[in-house]
This record gives sequence, structure tokens and C-alpha cells, in this order.
Amino acid sequence: MSEPSESPLVLVHRTPTLTYMDDHLSRNFRLLKTYASPDPLPVFLSRHAATVTAFVNIGRLKIDAELLSHLPSLQLLVCTCVGTDHVDLAECKRLGIAVTNAGDAFSDDVADCAVGLLISVLRRISVGDRYVRSGKWAKLGEFQLGTKVSGKRVGIVGMGTIGSRIAKRLEPFGCIISYNARTQKQSIPYRYYSDVLSLAADNDVLVLCCSLTDQTRHVVNREVMESLGKEGVIINVGRGGLVDEKEMVKCLVEGVIGGAGLDVFEKEPQVPEELFGLDNVVLSPHAAVATPGALESVASVAIANLKAFFSNQPLVSPVRLG
Amino acid sequence: MESIGVLMMCPMSSYLENELQKRFNLVRFWNFPETHRNSIRAVVGNASTGADAELIDDLPKLEIISSFSVGIDKIDLGKCKEKGIRVTNTPDVLTEDVADLAIGLILALLRRLCECDSYVRSGKWKYGGFQLTTKFSGKSVGILGLGRIGTAIAKRADAFSCPVSYHSRRAKPDLGYKYYPTVLELAENSDIFVVACPLTDQTRGIVNRQVMDALGAKGVDEQELVKALTEGRLGGAALDVFEQEPHVPEELFQLENVVLLPHVGSSTVETENAMADLVVSNLEAHFAGKSLLTPVV
Repeated sequence: MSEPSESPLVLVHRTPTLTYMDDHLSRNFRLLKTYASPDPLPVFLSRHAATVTAFVNIGRLKIDAELLSHLPSLQLLVCTCVGTDHVDLAECKRLGIAVTNAGDAFSDDVADCAVGLLISVLRRISVGDRYVRSGKWAKLGEFQLGTKVSGKRVGIVGMGTIGSRIAKRLEPFGCIISYNARTQKQSIPYRYYSDVLSLAADNDVLVLCCSLTDQTRHVVNREVMESLGKEGVIINVGRGGLVDEKEMVKCLVEGVIGGAGLDVFEKEPQVPEELFGLDNVVLSPHAAVATPGALESVASVAIANLKAFFSNQPLVSPVRLG
Repeated sequence: MESIGVLMMCPMSSYLENELQKRFNLVRFWNFPETHRNSIRAVVGNASTGADAELIDDLPKLEIISSFSVGIDKIDLGKCKEKGIRVTNTPDVLTEDVADLAIGLILALLRRLCECDSYVRSGKWKYGGFQLTTKFSGKSVGILGLGRIGTAIAKRADAFSCPVSYHSRRAKPDLGYKYYPTVLELAENSDIFVVACPLTDQTRGIVNRQVMDALGAKGVDEQELVKALTEGRLGGAALDVFEQEPHVPEELFQLENVVLLPHVGSSTVETENAMADLVVSNLEAHFAGKSLLTPVV
């Protein structure tokens, strides 16, 4: 006999390792788990998910028109990333499906990682660490000088929840902050540039933390890198697709730009091997969000969005569908 | 001034060498002909190679030691005072660089950035994601020594929403950070412990076993530090300086929870030049009978 107020049904998809939300979800909802079935996903959905109104996509499973066609009752898609370039937002809009993302949940962690990468590249922390561990310091002595971080001109592409936190962290370093974004933000004190090319021309460091869309794909191209110049550094904690990766590798190898700190790549986990031998890059395996605190926060935001949905309250972190 | 003998203790900056060469009779300690002893009126040392009592006694005409560093623990200051020898260092010009590096080290350690870099370069990412790391924002930061460098570190940690506390010879209430009267209490109340004080007789070994135990698995007596790390009693350490540079305890090389740097706190192109200019200016001022710019003794 079912209880008068039965927990709502939620469809959940995740990869085997992303278990951090299991408890939170099962405590609050009845779950339809794609990963508990041997059926291929489209088959599973057709068989079991016809009445599902809410779907939690833990990870970056591609949500396209084909997949959505198996979810005729879907009204809410809960994503655990900030970026939603893996979701066909236009199709969601057409079908009347609301989409939520991670909101602010790991903005601090991504901002911390961006600043960490910036300092590591300029001050050669990672190569210095390798130098000491290899015993070279004792044998060879002198280590190549780095570049001062304080006072550098930093151009931030994307001034949302992550970009604004990066700016805040760099202010006491005396860094001169400017930015490019879809629109100028009247409330912030930094200089606005209407395009990335002119932003690059006036800055020592470019930090990428905007969403990947058709407009921003390869926004950092050869021309931008040449404008940034041979002392210039790119820090990418957004999406690999924001940069023309093949060109960037050439620019790094040829010394067209001075260095890069990269947490994201075009075809993760594939990373261009030419980068492995370079001392002026610091590479990270899309780990900017990977702290326990961040995952707890994402779980909270996801649950909050689901609860809001099922009680007809405003969603906590809705994504603009354009 | 070309006849004034200046003894440079070790290679430290080719820019500095050139500037000294232009103005003085530069003698390099690593090629030091004994006969030059009586012509040496100035010594230029750095953080790892200074001037001990033996060297000072060996240079009868020594008037000034100008250190290419802010730390002067490798100079026998007592001997200098006794003999009326002036000593200068290079404060202020390197404050930002050292503070920048301290934050960089914290981030590299907590977020395992060096490990991540190796992980990707080795190709391991193809087989699975890296482990979770530790968040920096919001962690409590305890600073030992709230001088110029400690204050600059505090300002930066503030922007990461880290509550900052400190221990120093005296409390500095104007700065608004919480003061702890002992190192041990500071350690007990900090997630991250930053050592930014000068090395003196009073501070030698100040970060001892007790302090490290108080910090816990979430300084410095180096042998104790190595033991604490290898035995898992201390969560991690990011070190730019060591007791016997450039020798680093090899037990540290295999550890994942350490970041090791070859004393690069001020090693940027911009700052090295500023430090070199300060060394040269101090020497020029001394030999022209003018006031020293940054005297310690």
C-alpha cells in the first residue's frame, strides 16, 4: 500500500565512480537508476522512464534530442556542472524542460585552482618541485628565474560566479583586472573590453572561465595568442573548446606565448603530448572542482533544485535557455 | 671605486655580478686567490652563503657585508657588531614575491597541483581521474611572524575568505587579525601554518615536535618535520627553504603530500634586479661616506 505522500520519482544517471550523491538522493526521493540496469540507455529509458518528470545527470552525459525523445514527461533536468555545453539547451527550451546547473557550488574551488595554476606557471612551482626531487638542485645549483605575479595585468574572459571570485583573489596581489563578458557589468570596478582580441593585447595573463557556446568556441585563436604575446600566459579553467588547442600547442612550442596553466582540454582525457615536455605549462586533469567540499555543495544544490521543483517553488540555479 | 675589493661568496645573479664588476674590483670566492685577502673591503653574500666568524677574521680590511637577501642568519652579526662591520640586506623589494609564492605553495600543496601535473604528463589520466584534493578557501591560516612578508601573506589569504591568525614577538592589533601568545596555540588553531619569521637564536627550531603534533595530520626542526611527514603525523608541507641548502632530505622526494622548491621565494627577473640594485646602492653609499639604505647592523 503506497503512503499518501510518497517520495517523488527521480531518474538518475551517473558513472560508477561518481557516487557522492547516492545517499542524498535516496534519502529524499525514489530513484530510477540508469546504472542499475544492463540495458543500453535508450532501451532503459523507453521501458521505464515514460512518466519521469525530473532527471539528475551526474557527470557530463550528453543530453541531445535523441535522448530527450525517450523522456516525454520530462520537465526538469538537473546538471551537476556549471557548464552546460553537453546539453542541447535549445531542444530543452522547445520541449519546455527547465535546466539547473551547479550554481555557486564549486566556484570557490575553481577560482582557487585558477589562481593556483597562475602562480604555478609564473613562478615555476611544478617544474621547481621536479627539479628538487630529481636531485638536480644539489648537483647543478641555480634554477631558472620565474616571473613576478604581483602587479600583473590579468584579463578575465567571463565575469560570472567564477570570474568574479578569481578577480577578488587577485586583487591583494596588486593585479590589474580587466575582463570580457557577454555584456558589461555596471556594478564591478574593472575595465571592460568588448572583445577578447583587445583584452589579450592589453594583458599579461588571460584567464578563461566563461561558458562554451557556439559564440565562444575557439574564441582564443592564433590571432589572440599573438596579441597576448611571448610573455603572455593562458589559464583555462573553463572548457577546452574555448581555445584552438592545436594552435595553442604550436604557440607554446614556438614561444609565441609564454606559458599556460590548463585544467581542461578539447578531448579529455586526451592531452596533446607535445605539452608533456614543456616546462612553461602546468597541466591538471579537470580537477578544479574535485574537493570533498565542492561535491557536498553540488549535492546540496541538486537536492534543493529538486525539492523546489516538486513543491512548485522557484528553482535555485536555473540555466538561461536563450 | 674600481680598486675596492668586493668578495662575492657564490654565483647568485649574473646581473649583480656585472653591476659589481663595473664599479669595483670583483673577486669571486669560488676562484679566490689567497693573496687578495687584504684588499677585500666588502662581502656580498646571499641567503645560503653569508659570512661566518672565520671568514670575517680572515678579511682584515672588511668594512661592510651587503647581503643579496632579506634573511641574514648566515652572517655572524655578533662578530660584525664587535668589529664595527656594517651589514645590509634587501627588505621590501622582495616582499610581494615571497608572499605570492607562499600562497602559490599552499595552493600547490592542498590542490596537489604538482601531482596533477605529473599525473597528466605520465598519461595516467586516460585510465581514471585524480583523487579528490583539499579546498583552500575558508581554511584557517596561522602565520608565524607578522612582519612585511607575513602581513602581505595575510592580505592575500583574506581574499580567499581564510580566517587569519598569527604569532609574532608583539601583537599588532591595528591589523585586525587574531593574535596567539604562543606558537603552540597558533598551531592548535590553524589548518595551515605559514612560517614567515626571520631565523634567529630565539626562533631556531621553533617549529618543534610539539607544534607539529598540534598541527596534526591535517617550521622548523627539519629532522622532526621529515619524521612527522613520513610517519603520517603531519598532513603535508610546502617548503621553499631547508636547513642545509641545496641539500634536501631525500625521504621527502617520494612523498605526495609535499611541495619542494629550490629557495625561489624572490627568484623573479623583476625582483632579482631590484635586489641587486639595492646591494650595489648600499655598497656605493658606504664607500662614498653616505648613509646606508637598508642597514641591519
